Amino acid sequence: MTIATALGGVLASLERQAGNRPDRDPAWLAEARLAALGWVGAHGFPTSKDEDWKYTGLDPILAVPFEAAAAGTARRVSADMIDAAAVDLGGPRLVFVNGHFAAALSRLTGLPAGAEVTNLAAVLAAGPERLEPFFSHPPGEHHAFASFNDVLAEDGAFIHLTPGTSVDEPIQLVFFSDTGGVPLMSSPRSVILAEPGSRATIVETYAGIDGDVYCTNAVTEAVLAEDAQIEHYKVQDEPVSAFHLALLDVRQGRNSRFSSRSVMLGSAIARHEVRVLLEDVGAEVSLDGVYLPQGDQVHDNTIFVDHAATNCTSHQLYKGVLDGRGHGVFNGHIMVRAGADGTDANQNNKNLILSDHAEVDTRPRLEIYTDDVKCAHGAAVGQLDEEALLYLRARAIPLAAARGLLIYAFVHEMVDRIELEPLRSQLETLVACRFARGDQLVQP
Amino acid sequence: MMLKIENLHASIEDKTILRGVNLELNAGEVHAIMGPNGSGKSTLASVLIGREGYDVSGSVSYQGQDLLALSPEDRAAAGVFLAFQHPVEIPGVGNLYFMRTALNSLRRQRGQEELDAVDFLALAQERMKLVEMDQTFMGRSVNEGFSGGEKKRNEILQMAILEPTFAILDETDSGLDIDALRVVANGVNALRSEGRAMLVITHHQRLLDYIVPDRVHVMAAGQIVRSGDRDLAVELEEHGYAGMGQQRNSEAPTPVGATR
Repeated sequence: MTIATALGGVLASLERQAGNRPDRDPAWLAEARLAALGWVGAHGFPTSKDEDWKYTGLDPILAVPFEAAAAGTARRVSADMIDAAAVDLGGPRLVFVNGHFAAALSRLTGLPAGAEVTNLAAVLAAGPERLEPFFSHPPGEHHAFASFNDVLAEDGAFIHLTPGTSVDEPIQLVFFSDTGGVPLMSSPRSVILAEPGSRATIVETYAGIDGDVYCTNAVTEAVLAEDAQIEHYKVQDEPVSAFHLALLDVRQGRNSRFSSRSVMLGSAIARHEVRVLLEDVGAEVSLDGVYLPQGDQVHDNTIFVDHAATNCTSHQLYKGVLDGRGHGVFNGHIMVRAGADGTDANQNNKNLILSDHAEVDTRPRLEIYTDDVKCAHGAAVGQLDEEALLYLRARAIPLAAARGLLIYAFVHEMVDRIELEPLRSQLETLVACRFARGDQLVQP
Repeated sequence: MMLKIENLHASIEDKTILRGVNLELNAGEVHAIMGPNGSGKSTLASVLIGREGYDVSGSVSYQGQDLLALSPEDRAAAGVFLAFQHPVEIPGVGNLYFMRTALNSLRRQRGQEELDAVDFLALAQERMKLVEMDQTFMGRSVNEGFSGGEKKRNEILQMAILEPTFAILDETDSGLDIDALRVVANGVNALRSEGRAMLVITHHQRLLDYIVPDRVHVMAAGQIVRSGDRDLAVELEEHGYAGMGQQRNSEAPTPVGATR
């Protein structure tokens, strides 16, 4: 499929905006956008023949005539809507509506001196050269949607931690969509720059309005220097009328530590891709994910962890609960480069299938080019334990509640790993409600 | 009469296991069912609590209700309890939370007020003394990593908390050493009462030294072939099950694992 037909609406709207774009973009950015667009034009969108897109069909997304989301649509969104979508964690909070910063809904107080927390458009306006390394990666390094984000991204979060800066309060990023009836493609682009010895917790939440048709095509890039520590959370709770495509791209320096915990609840088709490059000695990454497709939802987790230095550690634990005609994907690839001795890598994927029509594709992969490594991977797909169900029912717990309790027990381990208290409670409730099925609410 | 089982048949995957069980149990009574492996004892327990997968015919009347028509949870709410022979491990579900959920489900179905966490903890702590369990068991996942004896005590604790009207103990003595057996038996004896009936399924007469039954039934090849008072258990201990199956039911086929 060529770009002329796929997402033709977005292209048309790009052309409409073309008049003012060169005024805003510095020459290098205009060039980068053109190059990215050229790449998409030349390569098209991924199909089931592409290894990393094999299990997730994109036709439903490509069939929608999206328009690129413009700034200035935040006025319809109230603070209450944001609070309902993402529990207020009390610290700095940046709100984006359709991918554009909404200052009136945001709060940027309580930050230490060494932490610059702002929006990408502000950086583009004031000192765009700082962003050049992020937009100027070799074309085709990613894929069509990341390139499309290169083309369209105008705003997002920009977090810069100077050496030794520690931000105690979690930095909350809320990406809310309100289309106003027009199918929108929003393209938030966020950048996290953690200089040596800096620390922060960052929470991304994606949500919108039931019934709105839109596509979030988000890219978040994190660069961790020596000894930096970033704890990252992502909650994807978009309405099932929407699509969600995201790339989390991480580069880690010496002895840095990055963790990311993802909870996938919403969207018709959602793909959360994580790419981590462990590029210096002793870096550690821990990736967890829960995905809960039901109805006709597709939840795709694609992970690539690249061990390019010695003594790095990576852990992955992904758990899926698949109901209805839901389709889950775990496509986890660990690469251990030649010379990456002392690598400790493991990945584990566990799935619970609740219905005859649900489906999961699980594909843990290890690609190892050195000998001195400790690597393990595993995948499991199972159903609810009938014996446990009978045991609970024999103790007067009704079938629906017994099922809910067992499902909750399966995913609880993951929710339990969320250390941020108000976030954990919110997710416990969201997950418990999802499986309570109108019966009693099962929640410890 | 609390429980009346008439001509109960059960088969699974075309294999007939129960071949016409008849049994009557009154409130306040403790009956023991003994018999060799494969005689149908555990199947009887499974059918009584509503385990799926069996083709069942015959009738079971419990407090005037058709027990076989009820779902497992409705049977439990009506006061039927099984101490499982092999209690299942449920990772991720806390033992204390599980028991509170169970008790509150039962109370809700009976139109009673639910207990909050504080009141429930007080109740649980009191009942734990019966089976000499300490509170560390309550913080763990249901049966996860419990020893055989701990699992059996956990079953009796649930019985003490749920206070059933009719309790079935399925080989509660299996895998217990003599000390654990005494603890479990003391717990069970403390729960004997005028309003409660118990069916104690066991291989060994040993348990019946501690839990003294009012009646003893011998099962073989899916039927109760002999009934008597506790002396029958002593007789069995001395002579084994040999010949027991033929005394009244010479037409019954040899059960798997039975000694003739």
